[in-house]
Amino acid sequence: MFGLGVIKGFGVTLKHFIETYIDDVKKIPSRYGERRGVIEQGPEDRGLFTIQYPEERRALPERFRYIPMLLRDDETGEDRCTACGICAKVCPPQCIWIVRDKDENGRPITRPAEFYIDASICMSCGFCAEFCPFDAIKMNHDYELAAYERYPKLVYDKEELTVPVSYYARLYPTQYAEEEKARADKKKAK
Amino acid sequence: MSQAEAAMTATVPPRWQEAVPGAILSADANGIVVAPEKLVEFCTYLRDQEGYDYLSNVTGVDYLYYPGRDASNRFEVVYHLYSVKKGSGPLVLKARAPAENPELPSVTSVWPGAELQEDEIWDLYGIRFRGHPFLRRILLWEGFHGHPMRKDYKEAFYEEEGKPFSSRWPEGHHVWAEDRVPWHDNVNYPDDFDPETWKEPVTFQAPPDEPSQDGNGHLRTSRIVVNMGPHHPSTHGVFRMVVTLEGETVVSLKPVMGYLHRNHEKIGERNTYIMNIPYTDRLDYLSPMSNALGYVLAVEKLMGIKPPERAEYIRVIMAELTRIANHFWSIGFLLNDLGAYYTPALYAIRERELILDLFEEASGARMLCNYMRFGGVARDLPPGWLEKCSDLAFKRLPRAIDELEHYLTHNEIVLARCKGVGYLSGEDMIRYSVSGPMLRASGIPYDIRKVEPYSIYDRFEFEVPQFDGCDVYDRYRVRVFEIRQSIKIVQQALKQIPEGEIQAGKKAYQVRVPPGEVYFRIEAPKGELGYYIVSDGKPNPYRYRVRAPSFINLTALEPMSIGYKVADTIIILGAIDIVLGETDR
Repeated sequence: MFGLGVIKGFGVTLKHFIETYIDDVKKIPSRYGERRGVIEQGPEDRGLFTIQYPEERRALPERFRYIPMLLRDDETGEDRCTACGICAKVCPPQCIWIVRDKDENGRPITRPAEFYIDASICMSCGFCAEFCPFDAIKMNHDYELAAYERYPKLVYDKEELTVPVSYYARLYPTQYAEEEKARADKKKAK
Repeated sequence: MSQAEAAMTATVPPRWQEAVPGAILSADANGIVVAPEKLVEFCTYLRDQEGYDYLSNVTGVDYLYYPGRDASNRFEVVYHLYSVKKGSGPLVLKARAPAENPELPSVTSVWPGAELQEDEIWDLYGIRFRGHPFLRRILLWEGFHGHPMRKDYKEAFYEEEGKPFSSRWPEGHHVWAEDRVPWHDNVNYPDDFDPETWKEPVTFQAPPDEPSQDGNGHLRTSRIVVNMGPHHPSTHGVFRMVVTLEGETVVSLKPVMGYLHRNHEKIGERNTYIMNIPYTDRLDYLSPMSNALGYVLAVEKLMGIKPPERAEYIRVIMAELTRIANHFWSIGFLLNDLGAYYTPALYAIRERELILDLFEEASGARMLCNYMRFGGVARDLPPGWLEKCSDLAFKRLPRAIDELEHYLTHNEIVLARCKGVGYLSGEDMIRYSVSGPMLRASGIPYDIRKVEPYSIYDRFEFEVPQFDGCDVYDRYRVRVFEIRQSIKIVQQALKQIPEGEIQAGKKAYQVRVPPGEVYFRIEAPKGELGYYIVSDGKPNPYRYRVRAPSFINLTALEPMSIGYKVADTIIILGAIDIVLGETDR
């Protein structure tokens, strides 16, 4: 019958329209109740996927990456970074700037004096975190960095980049556990 | 017999030398150097007698700084030929041009598919092509001074020949690039440049107001030129079509592009090898995993390494998921172009959304994944990933594609708009170097995964679609068919994937690539994606070329559109499935 194909299409639209409501009703806890905020979408959802940002956000997976952050030990208060420069060498857009610190005799020491990341050209590739031999630089999950001025708001210095290790452990529970285990094993082997 | 002659007879059958005497200057494993004045004759012989009917890639190389090369003959144009009929290739031809006023004969008379690629070489290298139908700057604008892919060209904000830049460490006091070089010596002007009197050269002349050729009786009609784009919702980005119309019928069409040009290849030559991996994600940003796969396979071939089994399987799963996501997207937006505003597109994108969720869990990003590495992948799959992927591949996606077909394939509006529109025969498709789903919708079952299986594609069972309609409707059906086949491949890979390592050797932030050159192509969702890499043994590639399918498929846009209505050009363009990130590079 001519026109059947078009009618079938309308049927599909109607089905999706209804299924979206069914999805909403079935979700426990409801997205319109107390827990409005974090949305997890999955293959079992039949209707449309809509997230009402910024009231709602998607749940981020652990490996989500945005802008790098520097880790500082909670107890000792020391930076993990040794200013070896590998992150600056592997950075594709060359947005990492490091000044290595010097002791009073002018000899370089393994500590950064200054550390800048130009977030306006960072491409969020994650190479710095991947190749850092000291687990000192990791990717932050905070993606709401909009600013009115590029300078100085989007050039982050060392203080703005530094976060405590406990923050990192909260964002990346699995990865943190793996790294701590590897570190302990290494210590034991010595 | 000298060594050079021995190498020559190994690669070149003697009958070729007899067929066109004096054409072959020398030959080795990297290719045959052809005398420029005999180039067209030799190419015609290869096409007609030896079956090399498909010109895959044409590109230039500037050997100015290459160790051991004569700088007076610095320009080289490389042709990669394949035979679709016989399935053989590549045959690499090279033609050299002098440093002063480089000029070579155009091969567009032999393979019209060379048109846009020769335009690009003229644009970026400044090599002129004699006999080219419309030599123009295709990526840059007409008034641009200089040819940026030349080795001695310095772009604005130039710092050093290659990354990493020494200013970043250990004395990395932050400086804005704009502060460092506002108008420094790396900004080029012509000697006689005067901003007051300078006028931008005119590329397109409006045709004279001539009477209609059909002769519409007593009606006084004339042709008009319409600029479709660059800001037009149907052009899938910033892309312009200069269409000459007679009434509503298209008489001629010229694609204009480059609005998104950032000289990916020049950036690639400044980068080290590993830095290029995230940049490839930005080519065809709808299928990032395939782009990176092609690049790492090319470099791995040059390095002579192989990834472990598990990594191979992960790569195939990712590449096929990319193909599914890409085809869903392109079908959805083809419907948008037809006027079914956003409803079918959103149903299609919804399935893609779930695939992107999987990418994000494995790699950390939805679109710019940066997941492939030389000799493996970035990280192993997170726990529970394979189960989620199985859910998709065995349950959700087959159902989704059934539903898509249910409401589209026999829809009367789709049939009326798509059937018989954008006809181009299979033979013409090959002549225009078209690849991918477009080629397969014209009755030519040519799929690189079958013809020269890369990675581990020879282990999977899948069919290559072949539809003979040569029109937009069959291009749609080919994509639906390919989604089904990709689902099948993912299902097989999920069943077979072994445990084990995901990285061959130790992961390093600087890889050693021995001197040499390689052309590697894969079947990306949009067509043949090739990477041509010339290495001189340094940490940065000497030449890095991307054979972008969406760019080269556009060569066929004009012959496909002529004679159709102006509204049809939109869906003809939509069915090519271009992404401007890759077209403009």
